[in-house]
Amino acid sequence: MAESTPDRALTRLVAWIDQRFPLTKVVEEHATKYYAPKNFNFWYYFGVLASVVLVLQLLTGIWLTMAYVPSGDGAFASVEYIMRDVEYGDIIRYLHSTGASAFFVVVYLHMFRGLAYGSYQRPRELVWLIGIGIFLVLMAEGFFGYLLPWGNMSYWGAQVIVSLVGAIPVIGEDLMIWVRGDYLMSEITLNRFFALHVVALPLALVGLVFVHIVALHKVGSNNPDGVEIKDNKDENGIPVDGIPFHPYYTVHDFQATIVFLFIFCAVVFFAPEMFGYFLEKPNFEQANPLKTPELIAPVWYYTPYYSMLRASTFPLFGLQAKFWGFVVMVAAILMPAMLPWLDRSPVRSMRYKGLASKVMLALLVVSFFILGYLGTIHTTPLTTGMAQVCTMIYFAYFVLMPWYTRVERTKTPPERLT
Amino acid sequence: MSEEPSPANKNRRYLLIGATAGATAVGVMGAATPFVKYWTPSAKARAAAAPTRVDIAALRPGEILKPTPAWRGQPLFIVGRTPADIERLGQENDELADPASDNLEKQPEYARNAWRSRKPEVGIFLGICTHLGCSPTYHGEPAAQDFDPNWQGGFYCPCHGSRFDLAGRVVKGVPAPDNLVVPPHSYLSDTEIIVGVDEETA
Repeated sequence: MAESTPDRALTRLVAWIDQRFPLTKVVEEHATKYYAPKNFNFWYYFGVLASVVLVLQLLTGIWLTMAYVPSGDGAFASVEYIMRDVEYGDIIRYLHSTGASAFFVVVYLHMFRGLAYGSYQRPRELVWLIGIGIFLVLMAEGFFGYLLPWGNMSYWGAQVIVSLVGAIPVIGEDLMIWVRGDYLMSEITLNRFFALHVVALPLALVGLVFVHIVALHKVGSNNPDGVEIKDNKDENGIPVDGIPFHPYYTVHDFQATIVFLFIFCAVVFFAPEMFGYFLEKPNFEQANPLKTPELIAPVWYYTPYYSMLRASTFPLFGLQAKFWGFVVMVAAILMPAMLPWLDRSPVRSMRYKGLASKVMLALLVVSFFILGYLGTIHTTPLTTGMAQVCTMIYFAYFVLMPWYTRVERTKTPPERLT
Repeated sequence: MSEEPSPANKNRRYLLIGATAGATAVGVMGAATPFVKYWTPSAKARAAAAPTRVDIAALRPGEILKPTPAWRGQPLFIVGRTPADIERLGQENDELADPASDNLEKQPEYARNAWRSRKPEVGIFLGICTHLGCSPTYHGEPAAQDFDPNWQGGFYCPCHGSRFDLAGRVVKGVPAPDNLVVPPHSYLSDTEIIVGVDEETA
């Protein structure tokens, strides 16, 4: 049967583009002829979901800037204005604020997947490192964004984190003034945080996400078995255990996206504050440089690191405890970047690793959750002690890894995917 | 130019590349200056940080001046001390981390005494915790508190539990490393001070 006229017109159009831009080549390389392992499970949804949330944040963020005023007098009032007087302003803002939390939920799950299946191992070191870069930018983006509503928790939370810079010996005090552009957190600080939040960091984020995916498609996706599908190719050079990303995984991920959006919208509509975990109560009061809220707690996604910061309570080598707290926090955030060189296991996936790796990963997750909870409450000597133990466990997972991944008994992975 | 360059040519090339890279590095440093300096406090911010006059006529012993005045936008704690407070602060106290104000950056020379003030009956401090910059709360009465059953009066920071006595001296074993800052100040009269300058003639 001959091709119908519209189809022929489309083919001609694509051919016209292909002579000027590698459209077909790009689509084939990244979708229709990008072979992904056929055994992706639940944990493989979160990369795609992170991209969905990124788009959502960009879109709602751009809309918010249309009514937001980044000034000391105007910021808090403009957020109230968005919430009350702008048509659907509350929905747009709640999508953005809930989106920030959702971003961290999916990114933490995405990172856990990497830990469990050894996705950081050779040859995916760069995919992993770029991912860590994305995580850092995301944390900075969340931090700068949290100041913008200019609520009292915004103000003092940012004050505490910026004060960390002041813990750096010798240059700390001057550096702190440089970061704020003032002798206190002020409108000047708000303006520059706004610029970083809406222009600089989103650009960096989009750029990093792009190279993350380019690097991934160069080396190919890992999978729950940790078995390299490129080691088993048919006569045409196609991995026998791979299937084209499009249409199989596009449809598969589309379905996951819908389920995710159901849950996400339920939160946006019915619990956007999440009982003070997504939007904290003191933030419903305007920033007051003369009055600190009773309890300074960061938003939930920073609390594990905040706990580690607070767990450092004694000076060492003539340097203040708060400087060491800062060092511990930064080290905790950067530690995962070392994983490709810390893991000496002959296998990738937790399915074939030994008992030690499984126990250590479980301990890591449990300690991370406990630290996260402790970061939301007042400290007592008991909670500080617990935070110190959990901090040790967190670091032990990484520092002891070269040892326990080598001595434990591993299972032999199968030749093909299971 | 498909053939290999001669060794002399190669060296000349390296020299040119090196010189260009060096000149570019210097240029980049120069070009970075406006971008870096842009972030330092502007003239407006510096002007807002000018000395502030505070009327302390309303200050009573055992109280803190309300509403909280500000200098450089930061809270100022101005407390009146009772004779009992003054006597207690003058006694030796081994619970304090820096009782003799040995960290010279935290107060002017004239406030380097047991009261950390020009006048024993008036204490003037920057109300910013030396830990991570929260604003502590004033608890002037020597009475048992949740955070300290033997509380002798002073400041308590709710963020991370740091404690200071009525002279702004930090207690040992709390997160804050230093005493509260005593800003430069002087008395214009018995009831008015100026914060931000040391000399009364300023």
